[in-house]
Amino acid sequence: MISYSFDFSFLLTTWPAFMRGAWQTILLAGTSIALGFVVALVCAIIRSGKSKLASGLVGAYVEVIRNTPLLVQIFIVYFGLPSLGLRLSAETAAVIALVINTGAYGSEIIRAGIESIAKGQIEAAECLGLNKLQIYWHIVLIPAVERVYPALSSQFVLLMLSSSITSQISAQELTAEANLIQSETFRSFEVYLIVAAVYLALSVLFRVVLWAIGEVAFVRRRKLRT
Amino acid sequence: MITFSSTHLIYLIEAARWTLLLSVLAFIGGGIVGLALALGRVSQIRWLRWVSSAYIQIIQGTPLLVVLFLAYFGLSILGLDIPPIVAAGLSLTLYTSAFLGEIWRGCILSVPKTQWEASNCIGLNRLQQYRYVILPQAARIAIPPTVGFMVQIIKNTSITSIIGFVELARAGQIVNNSTFEPFITFVFVAMIYFAMCYPLSLASRHFERKLNVGK
Repeated sequence: MISYSFDFSFLLTTWPAFMRGAWQTILLAGTSIALGFVVALVCAIIRSGKSKLASGLVGAYVEVIRNTPLLVQIFIVYFGLPSLGLRLSAETAAVIALVINTGAYGSEIIRAGIESIAKGQIEAAECLGLNKLQIYWHIVLIPAVERVYPALSSQFVLLMLSSSITSQISAQELTAEANLIQSETFRSFEVYLIVAAVYLALSVLFRVVLWAIGEVAFVRRRKLRT
Repeated sequence: MITFSSTHLIYLIEAARWTLLLSVLAFIGGGIVGLALALGRVSQIRWLRWVSSAYIQIIQGTPLLVVLFLAYFGLSILGLDIPPIVAAGLSLTLYTSAFLGEIWRGCILSVPKTQWEASNCIGLNRLQQYRYVILPQAARIAIPPTVGFMVQIIKNTSITSIIGFVELARAGQIVNNSTFEPFITFVFVAMIYFAMCYPLSLASRHFERKLNVGK
């Protein structure tokens, strides 16, 4: 047993690097969340639609993604696609892999929301003379997303955390930045303690921002509460 | 030039045993700690609730990769020369316990309050209430999400490849380093993961349907 003295003095010089890493993670996760939400929405609409073939294909996509590790998905996108002639930068590959991943998880969540809309709601809307598109938008889709929004938010926070895995293909983000600092300072344990704290702060930040977006986006829910 | 062959495939499948072993370790360790956390979260003692809640929040708010690094480097600064499997097992246990604790808390809370009151009325103490009334019912509710979470455990063991533990994902990298055929290699790796995870996903869905029929 050797004695170990903690030394955080490297923070004085490396703090900007940590902040840069945090900002890169915010950008990476933010982009992936935005695009992933669109993919999830489209997939959920197709899956709860009438076309058997289309919904079957989307179903297969969802199952494949949900039953394989993100790390392997990242490897296939980053190392595998170039051998098929598609060369991507680490950041692009990271975003693509994260979007594909969240798209699958998100679509299952949104689909559950769509299925939870009571038939009576749609019938009532028909009686009021709304057309198909209006019904789908105002009665089915918006309330469905509104209902599952908390679950979606948690999924998005998890995505932000798992974006740390993209450091393995040396995409620029917080963990990659930490790996670099660690190899320069040899203060591995301290570096990752700091990183853990920064991720903790980021997950709180994401939760707050996602909550705020929900408050702005879902006017009806806000009005119902007050 | 070495091309991807059946030898490589057999190597991958053999490496998958380590993935399974690690998953089992994580599930057992995480299950024990997770149960303690779930009980702590619904405890009547305030500091116990507070501690288990803080633990869950911290672990769920940090990436598994960082927890893994902390376990790996943290154990080594204690002067322990530990093999990667210990760090891998420890970090996966921490991770699994936080999520299982939260899942199981939900299951305990979903047992109707009247069950508590009724068992109180027939004179059971708190331990007996858990043992004979609450936990058996909570366990029934817990089966589908727990089986579903096993899929997450199996998938997350892939992250331990990063500290050099040779399981399926790491074996894939090793094969790729000798064959330079990343696409086919990692597609096979993905297929083996799928073969392990998909049955569990189906089972989880099956149990969920069965449970809903019972209601």
